[in-house]
Amino acid sequence: MTGEPVLEVEDLRVRLRTPRGPADVVNGLTYRVGQGETVAVVGESGSGKSVSVLALLGLLPARVATVTGRALLQGEDLLTMSPSRLRQVRGPGAGMVFQDPMTSLNPVLTVGRQIVEGLRAHSDMSKAVARRRAAELLGEVGLPDPEGALDRYPHELSGGMRQRVVIAIALSNSPALLIADEATTALDVTVQAQIIDLIATLQADHGTGVIWITHDLGVVAGIADRVLVMYGGRCVEDGTVDDVLEHPAHPYTRGLLGSLPDLAAPVGPDGEVPDLTTVPGLPPPPTDLPPGCVFWPRCPVRADPRCETEQPPLAVVGPGSGGLEHRAATWCTEGEAPSAGSPAAGASSRAGGPAAGATSGADGPEGGGR
Amino acid sequence: MSTALSAQGTERTPSGDVLVSARGLEVHFPVGGGGLRRKPAGVLRAVDGVDLDILRGETLGLVGESGCGKSTLGNALLRLVPPTGGTVTFDGDDVTSLDRRGLKEMRRRAGMVFQDPFASLDPRRTVAQTVAEPLEVHGLHGGRQERAARVGELLELVGLDPAVAGRYPHEFSGGQRQRVGIARALAGEPDFLVCDEAIASLDVSVQAQVLNLLRRLQRQLGLTLLFVSHDLSAVRHISDRIAVMYLGRIVEIGQAAAVGADPQMPYTQALLSAVPTPHPARERERQRIVLTGDVPSPAAVPSGCRFRTRCPYVFEPCDDVDPALQPVGAPGQLAACHLHGVVGRPVEESPAG
Repeated sequence: MTGEPVLEVEDLRVRLRTPRGPADVVNGLTYRVGQGETVAVVGESGSGKSVSVLALLGLLPARVATVTGRALLQGEDLLTMSPSRLRQVRGPGAGMVFQDPMTSLNPVLTVGRQIVEGLRAHSDMSKAVARRRAAELLGEVGLPDPEGALDRYPHELSGGMRQRVVIAIALSNSPALLIADEATTALDVTVQAQIIDLIATLQADHGTGVIWITHDLGVVAGIADRVLVMYGGRCVEDGTVDDVLEHPAHPYTRGLLGSLPDLAAPVGPDGEVPDLTTVPGLPPPPTDLPPGCVFWPRCPVRADPRCETEQPPLAVVGPGSGGLEHRAATWCTEGEAPSAGSPAAGASSRAGGPAAGATSGADGPEGGGR
Repeated sequence: MSTALSAQGTERTPSGDVLVSARGLEVHFPVGGGGLRRKPAGVLRAVDGVDLDILRGETLGLVGESGCGKSTLGNALLRLVPPTGGTVTFDGDDVTSLDRRGLKEMRRRAGMVFQDPFASLDPRRTVAQTVAEPLEVHGLHGGRQERAARVGELLELVGLDPAVAGRYPHEFSGGQRQRVGIARALAGEPDFLVCDEAIASLDVSVQAQVLNLLRRLQRQLGLTLLFVSHDLSAVRHISDRIAVMYLGRIVEIGQAAAVGADPQMPYTQALLSAVPTPHPARERERQRIVLTGDVPSPAAVPSGCRFRTRCPYVFEPCDDVDPALQPVGAPGQLAACHLHGVVGRPVEESPAG
């Protein structure tokens, strides 16, 4: 499954200067993406997942961001690269699809011009050739009437079509690595399914490595080979998609899975779907990370005296499948792992700890109402 | 059509009487034309002939893709947009012909929770001012102290610490702001609440908190909820009944369990099949019905069945007959599809324009 690694990230750290003091947004992230492999990075807003990839491509303003570590894209370190070399790499080396296709396209340029611009920046194609290639690309991503679409402006296209245009631009230089940051979050499920299929096909054709950033664990289950769960700027759990989603080891991963409503949820004896398990409270602000395990203030387990004082290392928790280790950074790997398919399974771990922040834990313990 | 509707299954709902009812509801917007005083070039049919009964004490989920008119329908039921045709009744009163006083009373009894908690709260007003505004407008709980007490009560009800009343919206996270929005909507002790994509902009774990909160409030206060969302899993979780909307029409409606497990309309089937589940093994086996293309523009609705341009089962009558909702599947389940027998209005008879 994994040939030569396309990307190797080692101990990536990002510190941002903010008015409230330095914010440690990414704290030592290590992972690799193989050829044709899809790595899903999941986590809530503020977990550092987007910042970590923006840092890779040098898209964070140097004035406020300090990035350390190593990030080898096909053997070349992105973090020490000169700006001009980085410009050459963005495109043929690594393409990026952002969440909102309305803001990532230029509203005053036609779709065709925006694709042609990307193509001509990295080759000495003539305008006419680039235009033909642009039409081909739009056809590849499944846009109806690609020739006509070249002369349209972004506002004339629907959300799904715009996202296809952004994908066409990202793929225009056949990148070795594609980064999709919440690429389907703003889209309807039917369109999301089309886009996912599209990227899978292109990946199979070109052997592109994909980093898929999302908070939708359903999407992850369908597309990812490997999953990396981020919390408080750290990787708290990683492994193959089966290991992480079917046998989650970290209390946070379990909480996330438990808080998802399930279409196929079994109906209780009173004819009602049971309440969702929630993770009470909020993620910690990156300016003020707790000592010890980064998750402990919200953790319903807290079974180890070291939780509040000592930071747990990312340690192997199971044999793993597919030749990959299943690792989690927690002191509390004991406890019942929720069985697959039951949304209420996390309930056993619902100890109802005091919530951080102003929200009281009202809907954790006594959320059931009557 | 309305006889079939009044026979909608009412088991599992607390009581069978109708709180909000729409008949032939239409909301059309003029579009295009360009320039001042130019005649509009076309009509956008956001809501195009909806018959719907919302029963007292139930949670009705309304799902559909973006642009299907689900938000406009929610707004039209509250008369936040004027209907261009048909009627809406709220607890027996015709909403479209209410006078100012009647409308004000209805505004108290029917509230709204908006999608974006960042845009729906006034950044210059404290939480207390925001939540107390409906009390002032409707002259409830007169006296400053009584009002403050009521605000505290409301904040507690939605799981916020009453001590945060003096803070401003920017000091809160998205989930907490949404709770403030819910507290405001509940201030006038409404019977009916429209939640328009109320969890769409929240994180997964916070979505679960708000879903549980809405469910608890619905039971505790006996509210009637219209839960508008494009998130099928969330709708399935919270709703007693589900209505599926496509291009301005309700194309399927029924008990949540029935619609969720055994949808009868090809569109609902496709929509449900596109929902990913967080279980890799199930994901790999999932049979997906992939719809091609985008939703047609509501300014150019296809003749006959609206779904025929994307339907995998399209056959002859779909072009010529506009399908009506008919009982199929489980008791109380209705779907508008010719696969279950051609019922509806032939295209020639439907009024042009």
